[in-house]
Amino acid sequence: MTDDDRTQRAGRGPRPAAGRPAAPRRAKAAPKARKRGAAGELRPSAPIVPPQAVAGRALTLVVAIMSFLACLTIGAVTVIHEAASAWSNDLLREVTIQIRPAEGVDMLREIEKATAAARAQAGVGTVRALSDQETRNLLQPWLGAGLDLESLPVPRLIQVQVAAPAAFDLGALRLAVSAEVRGASVDDHSLWTSRLAAMANAVVLGGIAVLLLVLGSMVLSVVFATRAAMAGNRDVVEVLHFVGAEDSFVAREFQRHFLLLGLQGGLAGGVAACLVFLVLGFLADERSGLQGLARSMDMFGGVSVGVGGYLGVLAIIFLVTVLTAATSRLAVRAHLRRIE
Amino acid sequence: MIRFENVGLRYGMGPEVLRDLTFEIRPQSFQFLTGPSGAGKTSLMRLLFLSLKPTRGLIRAFGKDTSALNKSQIPALRRRIGIVFQDFRLLDHLTTYENVALPLRVIGQEESQYRSDVVELLKWVGLGERMHVLPPVLSGGEKQRAAIARALITRPEMLLADEPTGNVDPPLARRLLRLFIELNRLGTSVVIATHDLALMDQVDARRMELGEGRLQIHD
Repeated sequence: MTDDDRTQRAGRGPRPAAGRPAAPRRAKAAPKARKRGAAGELRPSAPIVPPQAVAGRALTLVVAIMSFLACLTIGAVTVIHEAASAWSNDLLREVTIQIRPAEGVDMLREIEKATAAARAQAGVGTVRALSDQETRNLLQPWLGAGLDLESLPVPRLIQVQVAAPAAFDLGALRLAVSAEVRGASVDDHSLWTSRLAAMANAVVLGGIAVLLLVLGSMVLSVVFATRAAMAGNRDVVEVLHFVGAEDSFVAREFQRHFLLLGLQGGLAGGVAACLVFLVLGFLADERSGLQGLARSMDMFGGVSVGVGGYLGVLAIIFLVTVLTAATSRLAVRAHLRRIE
Repeated sequence: MIRFENVGLRYGMGPEVLRDLTFEIRPQSFQFLTGPSGAGKTSLMRLLFLSLKPTRGLIRAFGKDTSALNKSQIPALRRRIGIVFQDFRLLDHLTTYENVALPLRVIGQEESQYRSDVVELLKWVGLGERMHVLPPVLSGGEKQRAAIARALITRPEMLLADEPTGNVDPPLARRLLRLFIELNRLGTSVVIATHDLALMDQVDARRMELGEGRLQIHD
């Protein structure tokens, strides 16, 4: 009976000289034990809460998916937000003069007069009347090819680029143009851009709401997973209490796993989102050959996510990690309060 | 060290399982706690270990009235008490060494500080060759000794052992008893809950006998 043999040794063991428990910390005993080399063969101490007992892989995946969605939302929100502020700024960068045809008026002369009036204004850069061909191209979808502009009362457009928005006075241009040119009106696109900007701001608010919902459901998943981990490790928690562990120690042991898990999930989701940004940015590039997508995204100034988007992704990774750890800590402490 | 005055305990609205217990566990004392199954030995052990609160009466542990303690003060008191469970309560994913070192990790000691102490204690209880082994591989006697070593590693002032010989054969039980006596000689108060009369006959020690919720003490 090997067990008995060993016990025999143990039975004889507790002689004070053989190494009583009160002795080991004496200076003499410590180096002796180290010399025996037994301690050198020890593995690094295993975590007190077994890692596999925390609903690991599934929860990491949930956190990764949630972070991915949160990062995509952040990316979309920054793209739309940047576009919205760009639209608001473009308000002063381009103005269109429209000349409606009237009886007995020479359209070409009116165009010249309007062009000259616009050029005379302060802050104006280039002024360009749309050529006949360009006007035909604009109307082609509705009126077909081979259009004779002279025979139809088609309004003509003059594009005025504003070089120095600060010096430019829209009212003065309006006054000058309407004084010199019959049937002319000046459109600064403000109605159109303000509506677009309002819509974009609403989308940004919606995006933030989606972000909060995604993070909220992630927090709830972590709460459930922490509870499951606590229930699955009831024996560990009990033993820790019996050996005099404080609640904060127990919470720390669990939190350690969740911190790592949150970091892994957050990083995975963030990296995946960055890849999506890069791929979308490439596809939307004019040179990618996907002209359709590129053109459809033109309105947003392209889909390339700017520095703000990538900073947002970093913030999300950080937030997810901290939220996961903090949530699990709170859940553990709440659970411990309940069981005693 | 620990003093009970007219302590009573009931679970929920049930009858009192412990009634009018008045006794003291003195420093460096050795006592058996005995009585038939269901007499309340384990409940009394849990009261001693502060994991249950009495429904009436007063318990003073290390000079403090336990009813006045808040939850955060209990761990510090528990660290002065070592407990050995009948079912050992070793953590299966930790080696024998790590299980024994657990109370020291809990109080924040670094491994370099406690390594030699743990190794030495494991040798003292005869587990020097088994320190890298996980508990499921250990025999009942080895688990028992690992559990005892874990209770002793912080050098508690009091050791509570619940049926420490319940899972082992008589020769091993005798050796474990010698270990407890030795420990007591070194200054620790020992309370052993058992219903093993043969074991108690081997030592001339105080006997606390529980029966129908009441305690009789034979000094």
